[in-house]
Amino acid sequence: MADSYTNRWARYDLWDERHLSLDRFAVDDPENGFCAAASPRDPRPSLVIENGRIVEMDGVAAAEFDMIDEFIARHYFDLMIAEAAMAMDSREFAQMLVDVDVPRERLVKLSAGMTPAKLAEVLGHLSTLELAFANSKLRCRRQPSNQAHVTNAKDDPVQMAADAATAALYGFDEIETTVRVARNGRTNAIACAVGAAVARDGVLIQCSLEEAEELRIALAGFTTYTETMSVYGTEAAFLDGDDTPWSKTFLTAAYASRGLKARCTSGSSAELLMGFHEGKSMLYLEARCVCLQRAMGVQGTQNGGIDGAPLTASVPRGGWELLAENVLAALLDLECASGNDTRHSESEIRVGAKIMPFLMAGTDFICSGFGSIPKYDNSFNASLFNAEEMEDFLALQREFQVEGGLQHVPEDQLMAARARAIEAISAVLETLNLGRLSEAQKKSVLYAHGSDETDSFLPGEVAGMNAALIERRITFVEVVRALAARGFATEAARLLSMARQRVTGDYLQTAAIIRDGRVVSAVNDPNRYSGPGTGYVMTDERRQAISRMRHEVSKSDVLAGEGETGRQESRRWRIEAKGEAGPGDDPREVVIGISPGFGVRLHKTTGGVPLYKVLAALLEGVREGGGLPRVVRVRHTADTSFLGLTAARLAGSGVGIGIQGKGTTVIHRHDQAPHMNLELFSQAPLIGEADYRTIGRNAARYALGQAPVPVTIPYRGQALGARFHVQTALLYAIETSMIEAGRNPETLEVEFYDGRRTTR
Amino acid sequence: MTDEGQPDKLDTLYPVGEKQPERVRTRHGRLLGDLTLDNLLAEHVTASDFGITAEGLRLQAAIAEQAGRPNLAQNLRRGAELVEIPDDMLLEIYERLRPGRAHSADDLRAIADRLRRTYGAEETARLIEEAAAVYERRGIFDRRI
Repeated sequence: MADSYTNRWARYDLWDERHLSLDRFAVDDPENGFCAAASPRDPRPSLVIENGRIVEMDGVAAAEFDMIDEFIARHYFDLMIAEAAMAMDSREFAQMLVDVDVPRERLVKLSAGMTPAKLAEVLGHLSTLELAFANSKLRCRRQPSNQAHVTNAKDDPVQMAADAATAALYGFDEIETTVRVARNGRTNAIACAVGAAVARDGVLIQCSLEEAEELRIALAGFTTYTETMSVYGTEAAFLDGDDTPWSKTFLTAAYASRGLKARCTSGSSAELLMGFHEGKSMLYLEARCVCLQRAMGVQGTQNGGIDGAPLTASVPRGGWELLAENVLAALLDLECASGNDTRHSESEIRVGAKIMPFLMAGTDFICSGFGSIPKYDNSFNASLFNAEEMEDFLALQREFQVEGGLQHVPEDQLMAARARAIEAISAVLETLNLGRLSEAQKKSVLYAHGSDETDSFLPGEVAGMNAALIERRITFVEVVRALAARGFATEAARLLSMARQRVTGDYLQTAAIIRDGRVVSAVNDPNRYSGPGTGYVMTDERRQAISRMRHEVSKSDVLAGEGETGRQESRRWRIEAKGEAGPGDDPREVVIGISPGFGVRLHKTTGGVPLYKVLAALLEGVREGGGLPRVVRVRHTADTSFLGLTAARLAGSGVGIGIQGKGTTVIHRHDQAPHMNLELFSQAPLIGEADYRTIGRNAARYALGQAPVPVTIPYRGQALGARFHVQTALLYAIETSMIEAGRNPETLEVEFYDGRRTTR
Repeated sequence: MTDEGQPDKLDTLYPVGEKQPERVRTRHGRLLGDLTLDNLLAEHVTASDFGITAEGLRLQAAIAEQAGRPNLAQNLRRGAELVEIPDDMLLEIYERLRPGRAHSADDLRAIADRLRRTYGAEETARLIEEAAAVYERRGIFDRRI
C-alpha cells in the first residue's frame, strides 16, 4: 500500500495543497437532510379551503398543522386569489418571474396565494441565470445597497468607531456589530453610531445580541435596526431556537413600537445544523420560513444560508439554492439582505463566483454582513468578503459596472475620518468618565489594519464601561451631549437626526435605507424593472465613482514615472546622433536597432531594467560573442520585428537586434521574412539584465555563422497581461506617437559614464 | 394591486418626515422641528420625545396598507398598540410567549385580557389568544428550562 502514496498522479498533490481541498463536499442524502431542493419527503403542493378556512395545506390536514403551518394558514394567504394561484402551472408562473412584461406587483400578489411547497416547486423551474434575472426584477427597492460587519476581537470601542467611520465612507448603509463578551453591547453600539456619524448622516446601526438584550440597547437609543429575529422551517428547530412564530411576531411588533427597523433571519441548513430537518429539502424549509415572515408582518428578511451557508454550499446545487432563497424573499415582497456573509468556502474562486449573480442582479443588501474588518476581527466569523478582499469587490463592481453599494475612498479622506472618529469616541468616553487613552494609544488605532496592532482598550476595561453604562442608565442623549460639549457638533446633529427618524417611523416601511438624511424605501423608490434602461440605472456620477481604484494607471502616471526615471538616469549615459546610418561592411558587425522612444521618453523596461543597462548589456554580449556592435536609432517604426529586420539589413553580418523601450527584443537576419526571426523575446517583464547580455552574445554567434543555444526566459505562469498590459499599452502608444514615417535610421554614439564607451 | 390614483397619494405623504412633517408629533406634543440639538442641550426636549407615537405608527400602517402590504400594516398597528406599554412589561410578555415559559393557555389569556383592558391592544390580545390555543394543541406549555 505504501506505493500508492508515491505512485499517483503528481497533480493530485498540487490539488491537495490548494485551498479548495479544505472545503468538504457532501453527497446528496435527502433522508439525512443533505438535499438542496425537491426531497422525496417534501410535500406536494396543496391548498384546500372550506368556508373561508384552510383545512389542508401542502398535504397536511388542519388538525395536524404544526406551529408553522398554523401560523402560515392563519396569516399568510390572500384567500381571494389563493385558489387561482394554486391552480396555475408552476412552470408558467416561473416563466412569468423572468418575463419583463409581467409587472412585479402582479407576481407579488399571486405569491400570496401560493403555499410553501408550491413556491419551492415554482423556483425549481428556474436556472441559476434565471434566478439572478428574477432577482433583479423582484428586488423590493430600486437602489441596491450593502451592509457591513464592524466588530473587533477586543470589543475595543475606539477601533470600532474608526472602523465604523471607514465602513460608512466606503458606502455601507447599515452597520451590524456584535460582541465577543456578551455584556459589551452598549459600547459597541455607541462606537458604531459615533464612528458612522463622523463619516455621514444616515447609517443604520445594529448590535446583534440575545433578543431581549438587543431590545434594551435599542431602547437606550444606540441602535436603529435589528435582524436577529431568527425563524426556522420546522417546529422542533423553532422550539430549539427558544421561540415560536407568536413570540417572534410579538417581538416584531415590539420593535415597531419603539420605532426600530426590523427584519427576520432565516436560511437553509439551520434546521440541518440543529438536527431537526425532517428529511425535507433546504429550499422547501426556507419557503416555509419566508412565508412565515411575510405572515408575521416583518418588513424584510436576512436569508440565503447565513450561518448555514457553508453547509448548503457543500451539497450539489447548493449555490443555486442560496440564490433561490433570496428570490423567494423578493417575490414575497420582503426586503432581502441576501446572505453572502458567512464565508462558504476557502477557495477564492468559489468566493468570487458566489457573489457574481448577486452583484449582477442587485439585491436590497448584497451582503448581510460584508466583513469590513479583518477576518480575525469578525466576531460573527469570516464573511464571504472581508477587509482583505474589499478592493477585489471594488474591482468586480468596476469591471462589470454593477452596483454593490461601495466605492473607493481616497486615502486622505479615509485617514481624516478615522482620526476624527477616534477623537469623537474618546471625547464621549472621557466626558462620561468611562475611560481615557494616551495619544500613542489613539495613534495605534489610527493606522491599524486590525486589533492585532492596537494598543487601546482591553476587554476587561470595556466590560467595566458597559457595567457603568447600564448602572447609570445612559442613553443616546448623554452621548449627543458629550459630543456637542467637546466640539463634535456635526456628529451630535447626525446622531440626533437618526433619533428623529425613529419619531417619524418612515424607515419602518419595506427596504428602507437613509441616504443624505432622506429615507429611501420600496415605497418611494420601488423597483419597477421591466427591461433594458429601466429599474436601477447608474448615474454618470455613480459610474465614475465605482470606476475609481486605488492603483489606477493613466498615461500621465506612466509618463511621470518614466520622467522621474529619466531624470535619475540621464546622468548615467549619453546618446548622440552621428548622422544617417548606412550599411556596414564588417562581417562581424551586429547592429542594435533601438526604437524611437528608447532612452528619450522611455527609460526602463516593463521588467524594471533601466534602458542604459539594457543597452550596455547588449553591447557587452555582442562583444563577448566576438561581434562588433553598432547602435542605430530607428525612426520609421516601433514594431519589434521591423526594428530587428531594419537593424539586420544595416549590419555587415546581416544579423541585427531590434529592441523597444519597454524591453521587447528580437534577433533578426536580413534575409528572413519580417515575422520569421531568429529569436524573439516577447515577455519583456521577465527579461533581466543578464538575459540581454546573452541575447547580445547569441546575436554575435549567429553573425559568425555559429548555432548558439537559443535563450530561454523562464516563465512560471504569471498573469503577465493583468500585471503589465496597461503599462505596456501606454508605453507602446508613446513609442508609436514618436514614429516619423520615411525617416532613415541614424547611427548613435553611446557613452556610459562608468567608463564604458562605444562609438561607430 | 394598487389602483392608478394611489401612488400619487403616497407621493405626497411619504416620507412623512419630509413631505408632511407637521403631521408628526412627539408624545409630549412637540413638533418634529422642535427636536433640535439646541433644544436637547437646553433640556427643552428629552429622551422620551424621541419615541414613535401610536398615531405615527398608525399613519405608517396606513401607508403600508396603501402600498399593498397588509401584513406589514398589521404589524405596525400591533406596534401602535404597544407604544404605551412600559419596556419591562414588553420584555416580560415576550418572555412569557417563548416556549415553556407560560404553563397554561390561561396564563397567556390573562396577559391578553390585561392588554385589552388596560391598553386597548385588541389586535395584540387576539394574537396572544391565538398563541394560547395553538400552544395548547402543540404542547408548547411543557416546561423547557
